[in-house]
Amino acid sequence: MAETGAGVRGMTKWQYTRHTIKKSRQLYMMVTPFMLFFTVFTVLPVGMSIYLSFMDYNVLQPPKFIWFKNYVDLILDDAIFLTAVKNTFILALFIGPFGYVFSFLMAWLINELPRVLRTILTVIFYAPSISGNAYVVFTQLFSGDPYGFINSRLLNWGLISEPILWLKDSNYMMAVVILVSLWMSLGVGFLSFIAGLQGVEKAQYEAAEVDGIKNRWQELWYVTLPNMKPQLLFGAVMSITNSLAVADITVALNGFPSTNYATHTIINHLNDYGIIRLEMGYACSIAVILFFIMLGLNVLIQKWIGKVGT
Amino acid sequence: MAGTKTEKVRSLRFSHTAIGRFLTNKRSNRSVKGSLMLLICLLVFAIISLFPVVFMVSNAFKPINELFIYPPRLFVIQPTTDNFSDLFTILEDSLVPFMRYLFNTLFIVLMGCVGHIMLASMAAFPLSKFRFPGSAFMSKIIVYSLMFASSVTAVPTYMIMSKLNLVDTYWAVIFPAFSLPLGLFLMKNFMEQVPTALIDAASIDGSSYFGMLWRIIMPAVKPAWITLFIVCFQSLWGNSAGNFIYTESRKPLAAMLQNLSGSGVARTGVVAASALFMFIVPLAAFIISQSNVMETMATSGIKE
Repeated sequence: MAETGAGVRGMTKWQYTRHTIKKSRQLYMMVTPFMLFFTVFTVLPVGMSIYLSFMDYNVLQPPKFIWFKNYVDLILDDAIFLTAVKNTFILALFIGPFGYVFSFLMAWLINELPRVLRTILTVIFYAPSISGNAYVVFTQLFSGDPYGFINSRLLNWGLISEPILWLKDSNYMMAVVILVSLWMSLGVGFLSFIAGLQGVEKAQYEAAEVDGIKNRWQELWYVTLPNMKPQLLFGAVMSITNSLAVADITVALNGFPSTNYATHTIINHLNDYGIIRLEMGYACSIAVILFFIMLGLNVLIQKWIGKVGT
Repeated sequence: MAGTKTEKVRSLRFSHTAIGRFLTNKRSNRSVKGSLMLLICLLVFAIISLFPVVFMVSNAFKPINELFIYPPRLFVIQPTTDNFSDLFTILEDSLVPFMRYLFNTLFIVLMGCVGHIMLASMAAFPLSKFRFPGSAFMSKIIVYSLMFASSVTAVPTYMIMSKLNLVDTYWAVIFPAFSLPLGLFLMKNFMEQVPTALIDAASIDGSSYFGMLWRIIMPAVKPAWITLFIVCFQSLWGNSAGNFIYTESRKPLAAMLQNLSGSGVARTGVVAASALFMFIVPLAAFIISQSNVMETMATSGIKE
């Protein structure tokens, strides 16, 4: 770290700070454009969400301050919101931990392969998450009529006697969404894991071998994981954020609203009120709740992963 | 035990190939059996992962009679490019031609990516190499912003866009991409490992901070800006701009694909062709740049 503005003797802390600010004027100029856009399109919306969540606001009339009424209504009067919370947590519970462990496992398994093979497998596993809408293909695989790929196979093998409405029957909808999400879960975190594994020094493995490490599992726990903590933290952030924000998949597969709200997520609910019904204040209170769930869970998991290897 | 197996594999005379070397790895805690199991296991997962993609690719090349065959087949028997030519002709007759959608998407992607790389590099340099009042706070807030999805703040973002008169323009999609926090995060981490000695040498030469960035840092972080391009590309390419752009002639490709897939079974082939097109372009971009991306990802960790 290079220090700008060497400390000058005889200055108070405040004077010193002002001195460095002046000296770093050019550095501030470089940071400003990004931070300006970041403030307008990321920080300000968060602030506005919190502010509007205490308002009754429907775009036509000026916002009216109503204290916590939106939150009270959400929790006490909105059964669909509670369904959405339940669905979001079920989805996150599967996609988050499973997707995370799966990403790591795959990265770990391909780590020792020869370079070319590793690259090919990296592309194959990462491909589903590259393009945001590749999952549309599942509407055909899981199509509800007998011509659907899965249905036609099951019918032919005599496993079912009539086609299953995979995307419209609330018994199956959630399972299909989880399957598709897991298929897409090897994303940026997966790439980070692969790169992190490649970065662990060979000498450490050799030393561990001398120290009596017997198999892959011991090596993983005592050498690999502690070395990869930064990547593990990064992967966790990506995984938690994505698993709580599932929304487009459910709309594409199950339509909107889904049958019996079986795969209705918090973001679906937010879009329903924010974009369709234009009850902005109410929508913002949904957003604020989800925002704090995401942030809280992230901070919690960060603390937890920080303990790996200690 | 392991020794004799190793010999057996050796005798197959493929130990000079990369796979052979992998299987006959000399490290004592590796067995040929274990390595083979691992390969088989990976093969199974690779097939599962590829299956929907193969289905999508072969659908795009199926002639109309094969698309509606019972039972549907995974592989195409008589591949045809009819679906792709239909994609162009159908949209030629429509109000807005395919090329117009393509232009819209390319404009959004290119402007967004170039702006994002410029702004993020400019901000990453001071944050990674210097300490000044507020720098630690800014770095921290970037990490925190990775922790929530942008879809959470969709409602106020729309209100801001409409206040700035950006609704129904390309800029409603482009501007938020300028400040994608993931890009700044990756760029900042990558710049941190550029030797500080390079900067010190330049500052003795009397170079300005901007000069240092353009002449010393940017050439050294080529993998990072390629990665930022990929990250930004992926987030903009599939963006249908549904909430922001209403005028048909300004909509991107992803919006067109959504309209098509809602237009009934008659367009099944065309939908498959356009889905493949939407998928293959970012995939190709990633394959071309994957070694640079992996190099950047090596520094992607969150330090405590």
